[in-house]
Amino acid sequence: MKIDAAKMGYSELNKTIRESDESRFELENVLGQRYVGAGSSDKEILISGTPGNALGAYLNGSKIIVHGNAQDAIGDTMNDGAIIVHGSCGDTTGYAMRSGEIYVEKNAGYRVGIHMKSYKEQYPIIVIGGKVGDFLGEYQAGGIIIVLGIGAEGCPVGSFCGTGMHGGEMFIRSDEAPAGLPAQVCCTEATPEEKEQIRRYIDRFVKHFGNSTDELLNSKFYKLIPNSANPYKQLYVNN
Amino acid sequence: MAVNFNNPLFEVLRNPDRCIRCRVCERQCANEVHKYDADSDKMFSNEMNCVDCQRCVCLCPTQALKIRPNENQFRQNANWNMQIMDEVYKQAGSGGVLLSAMGTPKDYPVYWDKILLNASQVTNPPIDPLREPMETKTFLGKKSQKITYDKNGKAQFEKTPYLELDVPIMFSAMSFGSISKNAHESLAKAATKLGTFYNTGEGGLHRDFYQYGANTICQVASGRFGVFKGYLDAGAAIEIKMGQGAKPGIGGHLPGMKIDEEISKTRMIPMGADAISPAPHHDIYSIEDLRQLVLSLKEATNYEKPVIVKIAAVHNIAAIASGIARSGADIIAIDGFRGGTGAAPTRIRDNVGIPIELALASVDSRLRDEGIRNDVSIVVGGSIRSAADVVKAVALGADAVYIATAALLSMGCHLCRSCNTGKCNWGIATQRADLVKRLNPAIGSERLVNLITAWDHEIKEMMGGMGINSIEALRGNRLMLRGVGLTQKELDILGIMHAGE
Repeated sequence: MKIDAAKMGYSELNKTIRESDESRFELENVLGQRYVGAGSSDKEILISGTPGNALGAYLNGSKIIVHGNAQDAIGDTMNDGAIIVHGSCGDTTGYAMRSGEIYVEKNAGYRVGIHMKSYKEQYPIIVIGGKVGDFLGEYQAGGIIIVLGIGAEGCPVGSFCGTGMHGGEMFIRSDEAPAGLPAQVCCTEATPEEKEQIRRYIDRFVKHFGNSTDELLNSKFYKLIPNSANPYKQLYVNN
Repeated sequence: MAVNFNNPLFEVLRNPDRCIRCRVCERQCANEVHKYDADSDKMFSNEMNCVDCQRCVCLCPTQALKIRPNENQFRQNANWNMQIMDEVYKQAGSGGVLLSAMGTPKDYPVYWDKILLNASQVTNPPIDPLREPMETKTFLGKKSQKITYDKNGKAQFEKTPYLELDVPIMFSAMSFGSISKNAHESLAKAATKLGTFYNTGEGGLHRDFYQYGANTICQVASGRFGVFKGYLDAGAAIEIKMGQGAKPGIGGHLPGMKIDEEISKTRMIPMGADAISPAPHHDIYSIEDLRQLVLSLKEATNYEKPVIVKIAAVHNIAAIASGIARSGADIIAIDGFRGGTGAAPTRIRDNVGIPIELALASVDSRLRDEGIRNDVSIVVGGSIRSAADVVKAVALGADAVYIATAALLSMGCHLCRSCNTGKCNWGIATQRADLVKRLNPAIGSERLVNLITAWDHEIKEMMGGMGINSIEALRGNRLMLRGVGLTQKELDILGIMHAGE
């Protein structure tokens, strides 16, 4: 189903998608409409333009492909599915995401992958091609965040990376480690074996946006994991 | 040997003439206070461990036990009282942050107890609720004031999702994790039978309880535990938790050791991993951001469910509530600072927030002044202790109330305020299988139903006395209230007159 979203409000646009029996949608002239695909499970949504905040919130299996930039909070509390952005995206990408995959060709904003978590076979993946802002992987509790830093100068992550991280892994393609990591985060250069673990996600990134998996993997990566499973285990005394 | 500076808080008095050494107390006490010594055929007590939960007292077949405050006293000092000294010793010994449970025990003013209700005399007859129909049914949600007419002249009302309550009382949020599965089941069953709602708290919804979905409010908090499409669809309403009365500005932290298999499944996180709810929602820094979360939840659930935004009662509550009323939320839940908790830092619990009575009155007035009172319903919690508190809350402007401590008391809780230890002898605030099974959900739910049914009768009696036969006519009817012993400022904020005026 083709939808010309020009002059269409988010509510009307989303209702059209929600109530349609069709499974494939091509949205054109999207400009700032929020919540596209929220909670949906069996749709494929192709977007031309710039979708608004909370794209694919609570996504439950649908696939969303954006030809353009996306804004804040894409994949908020996403449970399954995929979001592929041929461009950049904003803050809190993949907030509390539990499963599914997000691929962003270029840059992402602050707080990417905040409170991302995994559960049994559910294992969320975020791959950002360019650089990201501050607070990457804040409170991360599970899943993998990969930042490729393509075209970036210096370390492609901002300040306060991994604050409160207590699970999951981050892989950062960079010649230098992120600065100022908290004591709860353990940062080491990724071994060839460890890099092999993320090959399939890099493959998918390359499939979406071009580039070469081998060339990307041949560079230096830093791997970040939590130092302890319980970083917030502040000593309490019962009163 | 290290000296323990702390005093036992309680004494276990055991009447030797009555004690038959049946050892029930020993088996019942998860804190291991009671111990039988076979050599001397005597029961002994380790009073340091006693939390005064009264389990042993209630189950002792010969009434041989009494728990009372320790008579041993430090030297009297009105400034450095024994509790403050005790806390200093605890922190000096451990370096830890003081952690408490349930609502603050401190002696702050309880405004409910300084407000009196009206009754009809001579000129307007009271109504006898046993004889005449009385209405306590309550609808929560936006009450649209707009009526349009179609081309045939038929009135069209804006349809918005709402909750229908047979009584203006709901069970407020307590997560599976903070309380046991049997406690949750008791609440779910009781809410279903009573035609009201219970609240999952922020720990997700256990598979076994999806059957009670029509009477369930599903909470979404900053950690998003157990939140997915199926969960959002399962309940009758969605509650965004921004804050909690017992710990405004503080997040949650369920330690990994409490995440057993069932809780892991329900929260959708690995067993043994910490469940951390950050203090803020990191995607919400403004009313506009809140609106985004409200609307994303509505979009994901096809605008079929009302969205509640729960906040703690804090200093600028009226302005905050005004913002929430404009955020697209259907219901605002306000939690007063006397509200309970499974665990909160003592200093936060005892010093942060404001009383619900003042918060409610100022929010209701503000929303009326701004002409947006009908855009949202107001639900208040944070120590609603009786039917009289409910009636006063409704007259001050609440649409309904949330209760939790009273609900726990119904199930056997004796307010020992030790939920954070996970060793609740009443089977409520624990995940230990041997303790959880002490609470029978059939009996727990029956006692909850009894409590609310009794309160409903009392609400009707009080309304009848005022000559009011519908809770709708009591709502915001502050002329039915008078203050006693309050300052003019307090009366002004409450919007009521002093008794005698």
